[in-house]
Amino acid sequence: MGSNWFAVRQELTPERRKILAIASFLLPLLVWALVSYVPFIWHPMVKVTSPGDVEYFQVDMLVNKVTFEEETATMQEEGKQLPLGEPSNPIYLPPPHKVVEALYTAFTTPPVQRDGLWLHQSLWQSIQVIFWGFVISSLVGVPLGILSGTYSAVSRLFEPFIEFFRYLPAPAFGALAVAVLGIYDGPKIAIIVIGTFFQQVLIISNTTRKLDYSLLEAAMTLGTSRWKLLRHVVIPGVLPELYRDQRILLGWAWTYLIVAELIGTSSGITWFITQQARYEHFENVYAAILIIGIIGLGTDMVLARLGKRLFPWDKPANKE
Amino acid sequence: MQANTDQISYLTQSEAVKARFDKLKQREVILEVKNLTKVYHGAKGETTALKDVSFKTHRREFVCVIGPSGCGKSTLIRTLAGLESYTSGEVLLDGKPVTGPGRDRGMVFQGYTLFPWLSVKKNVMFGLEMNGMPSEEASREVALWLELVGLEKFANAYPHELSGGMKQRVAIARALVNQPRILLMDEPFGALDAQTRCKMQTHLLEIWRNIDITILFITHDLDEAILLADRILVLKAHPGEVQELIEVSVPRPRSPDQLFTPEFIATKARLEELIHPPTEPVDEDAVSVPSRMIRFVNVADNVE
Repeated sequence: MGSNWFAVRQELTPERRKILAIASFLLPLLVWALVSYVPFIWHPMVKVTSPGDVEYFQVDMLVNKVTFEEETATMQEEGKQLPLGEPSNPIYLPPPHKVVEALYTAFTTPPVQRDGLWLHQSLWQSIQVIFWGFVISSLVGVPLGILSGTYSAVSRLFEPFIEFFRYLPAPAFGALAVAVLGIYDGPKIAIIVIGTFFQQVLIISNTTRKLDYSLLEAAMTLGTSRWKLLRHVVIPGVLPELYRDQRILLGWAWTYLIVAELIGTSSGITWFITQQARYEHFENVYAAILIIGIIGLGTDMVLARLGKRLFPWDKPANKE
Repeated sequence: MQANTDQISYLTQSEAVKARFDKLKQREVILEVKNLTKVYHGAKGETTALKDVSFKTHRREFVCVIGPSGCGKSTLIRTLAGLESYTSGEVLLDGKPVTGPGRDRGMVFQGYTLFPWLSVKKNVMFGLEMNGMPSEEASREVALWLELVGLEKFANAYPHELSGGMKQRVAIARALVNQPRILLMDEPFGALDAQTRCKMQTHLLEIWRNIDITILFITHDLDEAILLADRILVLKAHPGEVQELIEVSVPRPRSPDQLFTPEFIATKARLEELIHPPTEPVDEDAVSVPSRMIRFVNVADNVE
């Protein structure tokens, strides 16, 4: 039984799980490496190594493969010196080693403009925007979600409107947010809040509603008053699930970050990315995107670990 | 059928049993249900779940409620617990009407319903804390009750670490620590395996003997009802009505050894008759085994 990799809904051994987790990162990396390093796989461009007699060619210039072949044919007809070049990928697809290099140099390179920010400063700006957006959303969203999952009256009063509002795309409020909150961090935080809050209320109220009602009945037969039920049964009962919801919602908040940071004055990691793209430093763009992924996955793993500590009675978490 | 010289009526009671019942009926009434009726208003019109149910239980009596599925036994116990409303009639505990759930009626559910985030000790302590007992005093109280159910060693375990039988013992302790007037048990051993169930029955009788508690116990297991109960309230289905209130003539103290005593057999026969009334005899030929059956195994492969 243990030797089967494809047993239906059976957990694998720890080693196999580890192997597959690593493979899940290695596979896309492998595809990327193949496309980058194996010349005949894609490489639609030619990187000029010697311009020959073609007037506008320069060393290290990227030209379309078709153009290059046409120019070579023309030179051959006219009996002039032929240009030389090697197959290459477009500039927007740097090879893995360039990006790995950039992951390091991005932190060590001073900003291009004198008043510009270092990468770590940009990142820190972004993290603050996410943090405050998520905290503000949670301060209202979590209690409201729990209340509307517990009391039908609250749910009936708030949920229809929230259900409507969650379909409105958060970025659509960008201009409005700038008008109200100015051009700095205010409107960015507001976009994160708008993007998170409405989903948060609905998800948490749904989680709260899933709490086994018989636990509430048991508490009532033990003499728990209606008001004490919320604090002593509902909240502790949903806490582990609520914590899992919050982890997922935090991930969503990150996806609103880039749009949020474009509003008003561009800032944070988005500013860094747009700057680097403008100078065609695409390896830096990839590096920055990777860093967001690493921060996201990293925080989630830390939070998952913390969750196991916080809720030792929670079975699903401890099985993970 | 064959003649059985031992056969007695389920109504026959020995002197000792009769004396016990007389004494029992002199104790004060704890729970009185008068003409309890419950009508559900559903999409398909009205359904009468309970109709004119009346009975009394006396202090320290053990009553089992039994009946076919759909007879409203769960509705009955949930109504007594105050978890469901009723259409008409009265439920009186110590002469006072029941209006909602309260600590004077402890309840044990089939699904354990322990609080998964609390340790065994904290689970048992829950009721005391909700009712404002200082935690030091509650802690001492809880220790006693955990000892009673034999789980003092598991005080700090979480419910998911316990077996089904242990969970149910915690649930019993949790209900009893509040010192309710009556303990309502809704098929508490229904989810347990046969062996554990048997142990739990003995254990419950032991608890009942040692503390001042009246028990109303729902079950669909006839043996369980006879083994545990002083009186068995038999309900019938559609609508749920009282069919008979049987005084169990099996003498106490009870044990599983009494399963084949004449009183036990007679009582069980009576319950069978009430719950599975004899149906119209079916055509003999239709169900008889065919004289020659198709053979699916090799001729040489015989089992007899």
